[in-house]
This record gives sequence, C-alpha cells and structure tokens, in this order.
Amino acid sequence: MRNAFAAAVTDLAAQDERIVLLSGDIGNRLFDTFRERFPRRFYNCGVAEANMTGMAAGLALSGLRPLTYTITPFGTTRVIEQIRVDICYHNVPVVIVGTGSGLSYASLGPTHHSCEDVGILRCLPNLTVLCPADAMEVRPLMEAALALPGPVYVRLGKKGEPAVHDRPPQIEVGRGLVIRDGTDVCLFGMGNLVSVALEAAKKLATHGISARVVSMHTVKPLDEALLRESFERFGLVAVVEEHSVIGGLGSAVAEWLAARGPMRAVLEAIGTPDAFISTAGSQQWMREQFGLTPDAVAEKILRRFRTLR
Amino acid sequence: MIQTADLAAISRRIRARLVEMSHVAETPHLGSSLSCVDMLVAAYWGFVRIDPRQPLAPDRDRFILSKGHAATALYAILAERGFFDPALLGTYNEDGAALPEHPGLQCVPGVEAATGSLGHGLPIALGMALAARIQGRPARCLVLMSDGECEEGSVWEAALFAPAQKLDTVTVMIDYNKWQATGRSDEIMALAPLAEKWRAFGWEAVEVDGHDLDAVLAALQRRPDGTGRPRAIVCHTVKGKGVSFMEDDNNWHYRIPTRDEVEKARVELQQT
Repeated sequence: MRNAFAAAVTDLAAQDERIVLLSGDIGNRLFDTFRERFPRRFYNCGVAEANMTGMAAGLALSGLRPLTYTITPFGTTRVIEQIRVDICYHNVPVVIVGTGSGLSYASLGPTHHSCEDVGILRCLPNLTVLCPADAMEVRPLMEAALALPGPVYVRLGKKGEPAVHDRPPQIEVGRGLVIRDGTDVCLFGMGNLVSVALEAAKKLATHGISARVVSMHTVKPLDEALLRESFERFGLVAVVEEHSVIGGLGSAVAEWLAARGPMRAVLEAIGTPDAFISTAGSQQWMREQFGLTPDAVAEKILRRFRTLR
Repeated sequence: MIQTADLAAISRRIRARLVEMSHVAETPHLGSSLSCVDMLVAAYWGFVRIDPRQPLAPDRDRFILSKGHAATALYAILAERGFFDPALLGTYNEDGAALPEHPGLQCVPGVEAATGSLGHGLPIALGMALAARIQGRPARCLVLMSDGECEEGSVWEAALFAPAQKLDTVTVMIDYNKWQATGRSDEIMALAPLAEKWRAFGWEAVEVDGHDLDAVLAALQRRPDGTGRPRAIVCHTVKGKGVSFMEDDNNWHYRIPTRDEVEKARVELQQT
C-alpha cells in the first residue's frame, strides 16, 4: 500500500500544486521521485510529529493541501491533541496518512502497533476516516481524500498486502464496496483484513454458506444505507478488522445498530483483543494468536451462524 | 508615524477595558492579559501588515496569540484597530456570543487561529510561513507566547524546525512575566536562561523590557540579519502590569476584580 500511496501522491501533486507532503523522517527513498519533481513541496519534519501536525494545519489555513506521513501511532495517537485542535477544530483539509497500521509492524512491538487509532480518531468532529483494503484502493481513496473540504485520516498497511482488486475500483467516500455478493452472511472487512474476509468467505462456501464481502473503506461517515440493507437482508453480519474490538469498525457498527433497535441480523465483531502483545512475532503469527486468519474467522462465523438456525 | 505617547495612551485604554471585561464577564486570566498589552500594541501598530478592511488578504502578515488565555487582550486590540465594532466586546463570554474565553475559530475578523491549549501557535505559524514561501507571498508570521507555554515540548520541536528551514519570516515574542498559573515559571521548570535557549536552538534572540514600547518596536522592526535565523524577542514583563495592586501578584491569574477594583484601576489608568 505504501508504494501505491507514494505513486498516487506524486501523480496528484503534478495535477494540484497545492499538495505539500510532510514526512516524519521515514519513507525517504519512497519519496525520491516526489522530492525530485517537487522539491519545494516536500519537507522531512524530523522526529517531531507534534510540530509536523501543527504545521500541516498552518499550511492548510493558508490554502494548501498538506499531507502528513509517518508510522501510524506516531502520526495519530501520539499527536491526538494537535489533530484534535489544530486540524479537526479548525476543520482544515489536512490528510493524515498512517503507514504500517494495525499489526503491520508486529515484530517491532506494541510501540509500533496501532489497534486503537480508529477508535480514538473517529470520535473527532469533522474527520473522515478511510481504510483502503489494498494497493488498488489507495489511489482512488487518496484522490477522494485530497478533494474533500475537511480533514481526513488514511490508514495504510505497509507493502505486499494480498490484492483484493485486480484493477482500481470505482470508489466513493462513505459508500461501502461490495466485492463479493452472497445470500447467507455479510462480512464487513476493514482495511488490510478485507483480504482475510474474502478468504474466509471462500472457506464458508465450502460449508454451503454464501457470504457477501464488503470493503468498508470509509469508517466515518458510515454507509448507513448499506448497513441497514445488510442488517435487514442477512441473519448474520460480521465485522473483521485488524483493530481492537473496542472502538473500531465493529464498535461503530454496534453503536449504529444499538441506536436503531433490533434488526434481523446479529452482529459478530472480530478484531484484536483489549491487550498489548509484547512477545516477538510476525504479523501472521499475531493474527493466528488473535483468531484473525481466514480459517479462524470462517470458524467463528460458522459457529455463530449455526446458533441462529 | 504614530508617536509612542499615543501608543501608551492606547495601552492604558485597552488595559482599562480588560479589567472591565474581566469584571463583567467574571472571567480569569486578567494578570496574563495585562502583561502582554504593550507587546500587542507594538505588534499591531508598528509591525503587523494587515488591513482591517481586508482581513483575509493572502499577502497579509499573520499574528497568532498562542497564549490564548489572553484572549481579551487580543479582542480589545482588534476592536481598537478597527477589525470589528468595539460594541461586540460588551458581549464577551455571553451565552451563544462570538467571543469565548479563548479565541474561537474565526470568531471575529483578525483571529488567525483558535488557541487556548498551549504550544500550538508556533507550529501553526511555521506552516503558514512555509506556505508563504511555497506560494511566493511576502507574509511574515508573528507569534506571541507565554513563558509557561515554553514548557510545552511542541514549542521546542518547532524551535528546532524553523532554523533548519531558514524561516526568517517568523518572529516569536515571549511574554516573560515570570509567573505561570500556580507559581514562578523559573522554579517550576528550568526555564531560565530563556533567551540563551532560543539562541542555542538557532534563533536570533534579543531581550527587551516588554513594557518599553520603543524597545519592543525596535526589536520587532529590526530586519532579519541575512543568516536565515528566525527571531525570538524575549520580553521581560510584569504580570498584571498597569494596575498597581495587580502587578506581580499571581492571585490575578484567577481573581476577578470587584466593581470597586475596576474603578480604582480606571483611575490609575487615567480613564476617568
């Protein structure tokens, strides 16, 4: 996803001279082309994310379209105060880009994990929250993010994620993207777990269960029409995300559902637990521990589905 | 060119207004507001290039009151300078009115950024200065901070960034009144020597008497020295300045003046 981001932002900067890229001392080689083509519009802001985030607000207040880019926890939860006050309160068009979200940097430890970012950020007024599922979704979502009049958070994985799409999809902010249709259960995937949801759907098919899979790339604002349709049409709706079950897409959907009273479908929220994991381990290994592999997700859904019969 | 004596008269008029506003609206931070009045007067009558009739002109200088708790001082200055009808000051802090206790988002023309949480003004100003450079505009950025505010880490992140980019269109003024909310700013944190800290971070730093209008004006009007260093003006001030019974008494960080005290202050400020 990050290579797709670098390519997209470079192309978009060629079309829009207001685009300014701020980096928190990462992605140096990644932005070589950007720096070469737009030397006055790239700033390595050092290991100083509060200043970077405040400066982004200042740039936007002067009519530019800045992006901040660094490892997710450092560009989001570390500087939640600057995001809240400088960016969201001022309601300026800054795009906050977090790379290595969820457990992408599993082996680097909890300091580099981000399984709380969506929960914390989606509380903020004015902020749009976008979670592309794969490299193909990055470009249209970046294009959309840079066209919005207010602030946006874009939650990227790292690189080499399995492709969900074979070509760039038509994407509209606030509208979930149905990737596979089905009749029995509906899986809402968030970001880098959409691919897992898709694999889980294939496994469910071998058990005779037909699953719809949606890339819920926009966590805020929620696609309420799609939620309503899904909760009325299916018996079971599951959310699959590499984010804590507290505060993420599952929580957002649960809040929506609770406010609307009983609907046909029950909700199964699948995400990371309310815990830090401090042992060494790869992203794949951690997903296995947390039941976030296609097998484990399919198993959970199967079990829940059978209780409904 | 406006004379210093005229500016001193403006300062006194503004101070009397702040005392009145604090009393009527029952809001604190009067001492903090009084200490930076002369700095604001020097800035708005002797440095900042803004036309009140075109408050959003793209080339304008940007002024940010980073110590947002001195909001009354900013409001009174902007009204006096013609950005809005001074009658609006009478609605300060009323339910649903435009002027809150910290400068609100676009609450009145001339307020460039909403502040209140400390340590935000300088990074925002650096973004504005970068924007001016990218856009090829002559805008300069001036930030007024408090001494206690210099305890925020974000201030020093910004202090490291600006000289690296040679942002010499940026000037910081520090209202060094030696007090913060609950004690002496040099005791709670190792703030002193403050000007030396800015110098060590790559800024051209000077120290002036923050109530000497000529000195503040001279410091503001000095041109960048060509080295690309941004400028810090450490203004030695007295909290509660201008009202004898408030001067250097930190009770006036929170205390609200009685009607009687308002009248006494008016006499001292020659506003009767």
